[in-house]
Amino acid sequence: MINSLEELEALANTKRCNEQNCQEELRVCVGSSCASLGSENLKEILDAAIKENDISDACRVKAVGCNGLCAKAPLISHCNRATKISILYEEVEEADLDELIQSVLNAAPVTHKHCDITQDFFAAQTKIVLENAGIIDPDDIEDYIAHDGYKTLFETLENKLPNEVIEEIKKSGLRGRGGGGFYTGLKWESVAKVQSEQKYIICNGDEGDPGAFMDRALMEADPHRILEGMALAGYACGADKGYIYVRAEYPIAVEKLTRAIKQAKKLGILGENIAHSNFSFNVEIRLGAGAFVCGEATALITSIEGNRGNPRQKPPHLSDYGLFGQPTVLNNVETLANIVPILKRGAQWFKSIGTASSSGTKVFALTGHIQNSGLVEVAMGTTLRTLIYKIGGGIPHGKKFKAIQTGGPSGGCIPESLLDLEVDYESLKKVGSIMGSGGMIVMDEDANMVELARFFMDFCKSESCGKCTPCRVGTVQLTELLDKFVHKKATKKDLELLQNLSHVVKDTSLCGLGQSAPNPVLSTLKYFENEYLEGISND
Amino acid sequence: MIREKVRVKSFKINGIDVTGASNQTILEIAQENNIEISTLCYLKGLSCVGSCRMCIVEVKGSDKLIPSCTSKIKEGMEVTTDSARIKANREMILSMLFSERTHTCSVCVSNGNCELQDKSTELRLEHSQVPYGHARFEIDASHKNFVNDPNRCILCSRCIRVCDEIEGAHALDLMGRGMDTRIIHDMDEPWAESLSCTSCGKCVYVCPTGALYEKDISAEEAEKKRNIIMELLERKVEQ
Repeated sequence: MINSLEELEALANTKRCNEQNCQEELRVCVGSSCASLGSENLKEILDAAIKENDISDACRVKAVGCNGLCAKAPLISHCNRATKISILYEEVEEADLDELIQSVLNAAPVTHKHCDITQDFFAAQTKIVLENAGIIDPDDIEDYIAHDGYKTLFETLENKLPNEVIEEIKKSGLRGRGGGGFYTGLKWESVAKVQSEQKYIICNGDEGDPGAFMDRALMEADPHRILEGMALAGYACGADKGYIYVRAEYPIAVEKLTRAIKQAKKLGILGENIAHSNFSFNVEIRLGAGAFVCGEATALITSIEGNRGNPRQKPPHLSDYGLFGQPTVLNNVETLANIVPILKRGAQWFKSIGTASSSGTKVFALTGHIQNSGLVEVAMGTTLRTLIYKIGGGIPHGKKFKAIQTGGPSGGCIPESLLDLEVDYESLKKVGSIMGSGGMIVMDEDANMVELARFFMDFCKSESCGKCTPCRVGTVQLTELLDKFVHKKATKKDLELLQNLSHVVKDTSLCGLGQSAPNPVLSTLKYFENEYLEGISND
Repeated sequence: MIREKVRVKSFKINGIDVTGASNQTILEIAQENNIEISTLCYLKGLSCVGSCRMCIVEVKGSDKLIPSCTSKIKEGMEVTTDSARIKANREMILSMLFSERTHTCSVCVSNGNCELQDKSTELRLEHSQVPYGHARFEIDASHKNFVNDPNRCILCSRCIRVCDEIEGAHALDLMGRGMDTRIIHDMDEPWAESLSCTSCGKCVYVCPTGALYEKDISAEEAEKKRNIIMELLERKVEQ
């Protein structure tokens, strides 16, 4: 049990000392992309080889979370503590492991499969949320503590009042990373102000946008940081109970979080009277059962309550009437992962990153027709051009860029003419898209925008809960209309109906799913109307 | 949670000055003042879910359309219930309801006693603005007195709410999602085999369409016995 800041630091020091003897470290990425290419098997082989060569004192094999460059998976990095040199190897196969072990034994570097860590993909990023990803072992709470983990929580419990925490978050200008962009500090304040016996903190890990895997990677790579963020939110708002709602399709994230909670409870970092203070905080995991709509705030709490995950009309807002009717804070995974760095380094520092209206960084999942698909974190205000060409490495096969889709099924498409757009909440909204949770799908010249709109509408159709009329029927009607355009059998009247229906669904749907479902249609209509006109048959 | 004290609020609906208690909804105040707002899923005495979206209204200062049945009144708000935009949206929503399943009035047992039909008369909707879908669902006629025909269901959830909130049985609920959503008994058992159904018939009497109806009656007799249930619902409101 850790009862004070001193004890926490003592544990961190012990861990650091123990590792000092171990000069070399092989970090095998076991994030989803790497794991799908057998990186866990690679780790086992390395483990066995280390044992066989009897160098387990000098070299450690560590399973770590996502490095970001998923296009080059599996990734293994070789770090030397003394020389502070770290080499990243890409697309590692079983056959390469012998050479890797030899390099550890003889200090003879492997000559091929080097991944240049000075390249723009890494250099142009600003890592705050992902600073520990690919470095710490998510299964080991001590490793997190050795990297100053839970220090912020203990320091805050000792030195800060709840309202000081809220003040700091408010000053930082942190906004919800789930897509809405509501100011986190204000959200916390509204819950903190309500007097109630019971309040809740919920972490929304129900990431369901096609092409988005930011929260997944975060939960898998650094689960303790999310727990620490939740505990701090609990302290600030006066809540003693937290829920993490994770979709069941993320089994590794669930496993890592479950283990993290167990470890934190065992050390007394979560539980009753943390660090001998009056503050108690417990966290439980709830699994989603495969409904996209459960990422919506009111549907999510209904689902946690054990009911069918249908959304309900707001207001009342969650700060008044949330989970089990109690005041509730619902934050996205990435938002909560930002809490620790803000409190550690101060609101001023956080505010200095990003744009005036959107401070800090944003994690994006770059996918589609792009060289370096993967997970990236950039300062708000980074241009799309930097994201696509500098970090993303451009479009493969020498093809031309056509459009980028942000915000998943709720977002829109942005054409080439707007590539110099500085990405933040406002700018994306202005051009008819949204920040969303951070999925970015890049499309080359061959992409058919009508088909894309149809894909997302079909997605919304099958994910509509069926509660309100416009979303339930409208998404079906819109999908069928878009079908006509894809098969070039539409009429001029269909185009009119498409626009009309899109606006009705957007304006009258009950929850965010329906209200934003027509966005892909409306934005492609705005920038690629000619493709819709091509879908109109002349006869 | 501190519950706000009930206060009197004055505001405007369609330019008419009205007052109400702060825990009342726009729809309630409109009805008290004989200002008509179209509704379908709403039924006085049952909880409000805002699912049909027929009762949408505009509030000055916001470009959103909000359901009046779930929106609490606010001091000084200016509500519009019949702008061209609202009418256009309402017509499209009603069209969607008609297009969704199979609403053929001429062969329906509820012809002449149907709230969906009444709405089309009220809005003067002569045809659906969107193509008909004609989804096909199996009919459950297992119960000795009643029939459940999902093909005429508009998913207003009145039956679920009355069974849960008035009868206290909660024999009904939803299954599936999106267009495939349908009303089921217990764990999707045939109605006759439902152990929690008390065969009270409240669900049938609150159903706005011919989705739930009594057996062995002609369309002429198919008037829903609303007065029995309305009395219970009135009592509930008074509580």
